[in-house]
Amino acid sequence: MTDKLKAMNQNTAADQPISGLSEPVHDAQRVFRSVLDAMSQPGKIVALDQLNPAPAPLNKVTAAICLSLVDHETPIWSDSAIATSGQAMSHLQFHCNCPMTANPMDARTALISDGSTLTTLTQFCVGTDERPDLSSTVIIQVDGLSPDKDIQLTGPGIKSKRNLSVAGINEGFWLAVQANAELFPRGVDLILTTESEMVCLPRTTQVEI
Amino acid sequence: MPEVNMEIAHRQNWMRLMAHAEPEALEKAWTGLDIKPNFEVLRAPESGMIMVRARAGGEGQRFNLGEMTVTRCSVRLNDGIMGHAYLAGRNKRQAKLAAIFDAMLQKPDCPDAFKKSLLDPIQTAITAKQDQSDRKVAATRVNFFTMVRGDD
Repeated sequence: MTDKLKAMNQNTAADQPISGLSEPVHDAQRVFRSVLDAMSQPGKIVALDQLNPAPAPLNKVTAAICLSLVDHETPIWSDSAIATSGQAMSHLQFHCNCPMTANPMDARTALISDGSTLTTLTQFCVGTDERPDLSSTVIIQVDGLSPDKDIQLTGPGIKSKRNLSVAGINEGFWLAVQANAELFPRGVDLILTTESEMVCLPRTTQVEI
Repeated sequence: MPEVNMEIAHRQNWMRLMAHAEPEALEKAWTGLDIKPNFEVLRAPESGMIMVRARAGGEGQRFNLGEMTVTRCSVRLNDGIMGHAYLAGRNKRQAKLAAIFDAMLQKPDCPDAFKKSLLDPIQTAITAKQDQSDRKVAATRVNFFTMVRGDD
């Protein structure tokens, strides 16, 4: 108990939150609009600038999405690189007031600090046929996004086909995305982020490798 | 453990005092500072509603007493100490000053003279105000007593 009280009272600068959104209302609306835009047009690269710095290993876009969308009702699961960063954890807890879970199945939002480590999506909650909305949304940090023809996307929100190239993901990733799409209406929704951009891949999107 | 509890109790006390203080008292203390601390605003002052819950007589089922307006603010001094403030009403300036003072008072080397000069006048003002309202209540007090009605 003493340790817990001391931990709550701790004042080491390295483990403390930093400034969140500079204009909480307007920035949250702007971020929400960007995610909506990206989610409704899968594969579209949406830029998000003028964000405050984020505590490592979170990138600015990941942090801004969490601060805008996560609250006390949506548990976060994060991979070990984020979970062991005292500052990233206290930043999320302070600004979002969200519970942290050690089990990815319980997570409404899951954070992957480095896309090259992610090979499967089966560890996350895919919801049920009755409640597909209870699935996890997985935010994956990658090195770069470009509209080159590495893979082709089709599905709702895409007129014919959309090209996408992602740097810094595991080679098994696209197979996992294909398997995820087959679960429809169940499945996870993905948001790929860099320091200044994002791309969404909802479960409805089909990937041609 | 008692040591930690004392620390918390002290902090609760000054946070309470600053939340109940007249805004001018904090403003005066701020202008009176020779060296203003450098700080970063973690959570800008923001007003919101909270639900106050209570139990009748301190026991029994919890019920929602009503909503109240609360303004909160969090800052961090550049030496890493965090300060928080929650106060009734919507005075954002007071919330910000209270958060800064909360952080300053937590410093291990915070001079006692500063603590006294900040908190004592607030304590005195609050006591005086309480005293005045107590006397007003006492002066207009009416004692009732009820005759027991004979039912038999």
